[in-house]
Amino acid sequence: MGAGHAHKLYRHASSPVHGLPPHCKIAAVFCFVLVVVATPREAVWAFGLYALLLAAVTAVARIPAGLVLRRLLIEVPFVAFALLMPFVARGERVDVLGLSLSVEGLWGAWNILAKGTLGVAASVLLASTTELRALLLGLERLRMPSLLVQIASFMIRYGDVVTDEMRRMRIARESRGFTARGTRDWGVLAKSAGALFIRSYERGERVHLAMVSRGYAGAMPVIDEVTASRAQWARAAVLPLAALAVCLTGWVIA
Amino acid sequence: MHVPDGFIDAPVSLATGAVAAAAVAVSLRGARREHGGTSHASSYGGERTAPLAGLVAAFVFAAQMLNFPVAAGTSGHLLGGALAAILVGPATGVLCISVVLLMQGVLFADGGLTALGVNISDMAVVTTVVSYALFRLLVKALPRRRPSVTVAAFVAALVSVPAAACAFTLIYALGGTTDVPIGKVFTAMVGVHVLIGLGEAAITALTVGAVMAVRPDLVHGARGLARPLELRNADGTVLQPQVSTAAPRSNRRIMTVGLVAALALAGFVSYYASTSPDGLEKVAHDKGIDSKEREHAVKDSPLADYQVKDVDDERISGGLAGVIGVGATLAAGTGVFVVVRRRRDRAETAASDRIEAV
Repeated sequence: MGAGHAHKLYRHASSPVHGLPPHCKIAAVFCFVLVVVATPREAVWAFGLYALLLAAVTAVARIPAGLVLRRLLIEVPFVAFALLMPFVARGERVDVLGLSLSVEGLWGAWNILAKGTLGVAASVLLASTTELRALLLGLERLRMPSLLVQIASFMIRYGDVVTDEMRRMRIARESRGFTARGTRDWGVLAKSAGALFIRSYERGERVHLAMVSRGYAGAMPVIDEVTASRAQWARAAVLPLAALAVCLTGWVIA
Repeated sequence: MHVPDGFIDAPVSLATGAVAAAAVAVSLRGARREHGGTSHASSYGGERTAPLAGLVAAFVFAAQMLNFPVAAGTSGHLLGGALAAILVGPATGVLCISVVLLMQGVLFADGGLTALGVNISDMAVVTTVVSYALFRLLVKALPRRRPSVTVAAFVAALVSVPAAACAFTLIYALGGTTDVPIGKVFTAMVGVHVLIGLGEAAITALTVGAVMAVRPDLVHGARGLARPLELRNADGTVLQPQVSTAAPRSNRRIMTVGLVAALALAGFVSYYASTSPDGLEKVAHDKGIDSKEREHAVKDSPLADYQVKDVDDERISGGLAGVIGVGATLAAGTGVFVVVRRRRDRAETAASDRIEAV
């Protein structure tokens, strides 16, 4: 609490990437990831080129490489899954260091690791160069239903409030000598979760009444209309188009 | 588990994306109805949806961070699909979980952007719909007491998690990028998720119980369980209550639940039913001599593998056939029902006209 409400993922800077309208960036990242997923996995060099493209974007956006690499750690659970692949997949077998591994499984593991990592890196770049509010505005500009955008914005706005509420409940429990040790303590924790739900829901009711009393009728007023010029779209399209070129080359060669 | 990019191939990702978008669109309408409380919800009360669903999404997001210790340093956490469905209704539940998944994907890179459709379809839609359908069925079937709500919540959450695992296996069978035997994926996924489901079930049941104890009116799935109001004269005789106008609504709800249950049975149970060894062997015999299969089989790998693969396809097609069958039956039945009801309505209006004329 008291740490301000800028989300920790956003990294403020002024760069060409930060300056692009949010909906251009979201569309570009989505198309890029789609192109990456559609690339044949045998074209190993293509994934290297994709990584170079993302590295170039990182450099242009003045985001420290270490930051991106650290946030890549979120995909560790999938790495574990990918490492299982060579053992369970069927087909031709090959001996590596005395282990019998499936060739198909090795390709599968590579496929998931490469595409998953590139996808995570692209999302991380998007989140660290775009403000939360701008992201939501961008999603709305991309014709996501406005009700969904509103729900998402309420979730983001009150996420910290509800999390803090939960933290205060934990402190209250602990200051009364409670430590959760095993399944026997689940009743207490579940009561906290129930209380948290009731508090969140009632807060929602109060927020709604406060909004209605200020003239809310189901739609949020648009204060700043974000528009993108043709030049901005063109600049945002550089990344997916370059990736598309790589992908097509990969299909032609493979 | 959030599916990353590259796990499912591009065409199936796009297809599940379309499924997820359709489900979210349906839920957007449904959520307005759940919060509006009237059939004219789009004009009245529908505007409550955004703040309430937003706060519930924030709650789900926070509750996923609440650690439940299991033993020896391991701990689990809530997934929240079943809980959201029971507490705020299936449509709002789908919206909340979808928004949580969307934000996790876009902000925290947890779950791939192209896999968003897969994630929403199996974690938001399947979990919520299966758990809510089961919960309502059980609540209707069990005696009207508070413990039955807890029991229903337990079973609903317990089934919903492996159901999501089944849905994932189905998606993987259609568009998985690695040729892992579907049988193995299925056993591993369902095995692990039955365990996770047990934890989820315990937490969900306890949490629903806690909310029921304080604000039973907030538990959407348990609405209508309260005893209806009884009017008594001064001498204690019970007055006959007015015929409630809400009957058609609850009818429709029961029908929805029945439909979902029928589809689930047709899709999933036929899927399970034919996994019994007998059916497996039989179909393997029938299909093993297929010329196309033999052509594959001579390639490099034991024949058995391809037979199993073929059977897998059979099972899925069995499930799909069941779903299509239910759909066709339902369409025919609905047609008959609509015709009959329209005729009855016409007769009734004619009768009332006559009365007015008198």
